[in-house]
Amino acid sequence: MDTREPLHQELETALLSLNKVATRRIFKESGLSPIRFAEELFMPVLDRIGAKWERGDCALSQIYVSGRICESLLNELLPTAPAEQSMNPPMAVATLEDSHLLGKRLLSSVLRSSGYHFHDYGQQNLENLVSKVQFDGIRILLVSTLMLSSALRVKELRRRLDKQGLQVKIVVGGAPFRFDQALWREVGADATSPTATGALAIVRRLADEVRHENQ
Amino acid sequence: MKTSNSMERVLTTLSHQEPDRVPFFLLATLHGARELGVGIREYFSRAEQVVAGQLRLRARYRHDCLSGFFFGPLEIEAWGGEVLYYDDGPPNSGEPPLRELEQISSLKPPRIAEARCLHRSLEAIRLLKQQSGGEVPILGVAISPFSLPVMQLGFDRYFDLIHERPELFQRLMAINEEFCVEWANAQLDAGATAICYFDPVASPTILPPELYEATGFQVARRTLARIKGPTATHLASGRCLGIMELLARSGTVAIGVSAQENLAEVKAAAAGRVSLIGNLNGIEMRRWSEAEAREKVREAITRGGAGGGFILADNHGEIPWQVSDELLMTISDAVLTFGQYPLSPGVSE
Repeated sequence: MDTREPLHQELETALLSLNKVATRRIFKESGLSPIRFAEELFMPVLDRIGAKWERGDCALSQIYVSGRICESLLNELLPTAPAEQSMNPPMAVATLEDSHLLGKRLLSSVLRSSGYHFHDYGQQNLENLVSKVQFDGIRILLVSTLMLSSALRVKELRRRLDKQGLQVKIVVGGAPFRFDQALWREVGADATSPTATGALAIVRRLADEVRHENQ
Repeated sequence: MKTSNSMERVLTTLSHQEPDRVPFFLLATLHGARELGVGIREYFSRAEQVVAGQLRLRARYRHDCLSGFFFGPLEIEAWGGEVLYYDDGPPNSGEPPLRELEQISSLKPPRIAEARCLHRSLEAIRLLKQQSGGEVPILGVAISPFSLPVMQLGFDRYFDLIHERPELFQRLMAINEEFCVEWANAQLDAGATAICYFDPVASPTILPPELYEATGFQVARRTLARIKGPTATHLASGRCLGIMELLARSGTVAIGVSAQENLAEVKAAAAGRVSLIGNLNGIEMRRWSEAEAREKVREAITRGGAGGGFILADNHGEIPWQVSDELLMTISDAVLTFGQYPLSPGVSE
């Protein structure tokens, strides 16, 4: 059994019950540095909460508030990002053609808590998104969508980025990709995840790939 | 068995008896534009076009309802919000009209008589009623007071409101309830047979059941009691099983079931208290082969059909534009094949 399991369970309970005070107490009692607390406790527990949501065992609102509690505590404890991850390849998050920004906000919260630096493009249409990606030299682009028509637009995004010779890894997420698990491949994305913490694992992998390509 | 008309078929299943066949609602709100050969924005600009589209779709696919529903953000337009149109998908809401939570303090509900954007939908319902001769249920749709804030505020600020500003939340619910009741009753007065109470935030996919019980469930009980006709609660692809007891006590007569749930389990939990509507995966549907579509229909009927209390439909309440006419016809044919009561042993498990 993982020796951290009791702590994971305690933190999960605190986050699911939206208990900021208990979360702070668990951090203090853990004796861990802020970054180790983030890596060894927050992220695994947020991942478990995400998995619970996939199974229908917890709610989106709990994921949202858990993420906010983590982000708020880490902002306080980690004024600057760890040097290693601040060297991540140029990365951006965006919502394609939609004003419902919750998915992007969840993702941003997890990435920020993990020390990643990225551009937050907010809501974008296809043309603007391609321009921004080109201008900023983005190598990893995380795209959140709500509607099927927007999700299908990622295919055109892929085509335009390829046409301009831009080497961009696209990670997609949002309801259409959860309800059709073959859709991400169809639109030419490099990966998808039903949860923000799942996307974090993908970002780690893709960042390594990009670094490798640059060598 | 004698062939029923759609109204008889639907009323029989809603009373938890088996009609002549499983009724089905093909909620293809956008496909009417394709039938008429016009763009989506143009289609929704005139009630007469929506009526023509609805009637043509029903004539072609032989399903059991007509719908006066245009698109969700129509309501938010009445609140001063923006509607964004697309060539290949449903109109979506733009930036939420409430930028600050404090705006709730001075917010007033729009009156239906003054909200001209809603009049097209009411006119469509009136015309559908005139032309259907009472033999087909006409559906109206009202977004629940509890779910409307997703468009009024955005999801994240709405979560903040629920968790951190209980007094403002209660005020917003009171305002939204007035609007929802007036809007739903206006549709019933225009000729709608029933109202789809569209309440995705109620789903355990979005909120924990205990929080729903303390908030949205109370709103639903108050609101449904004031709507002067039958209501069906739709969670828009969200799961329902975790709040089945609450839904059954809310006053609704039917529930939309998610494709992510097992229809047989939901049916057992509903236990004859509420009927089920669902649960074909509308997003996947676009890619189904003919054989897959027939199998999905057969499976849903197998799991949900026995004993009535079941209407076959997609799980979101709106079939995507990208689903082909041929696929819709396959679904229709499959219902007519597999949905005849008594269900054949090969269909009923």
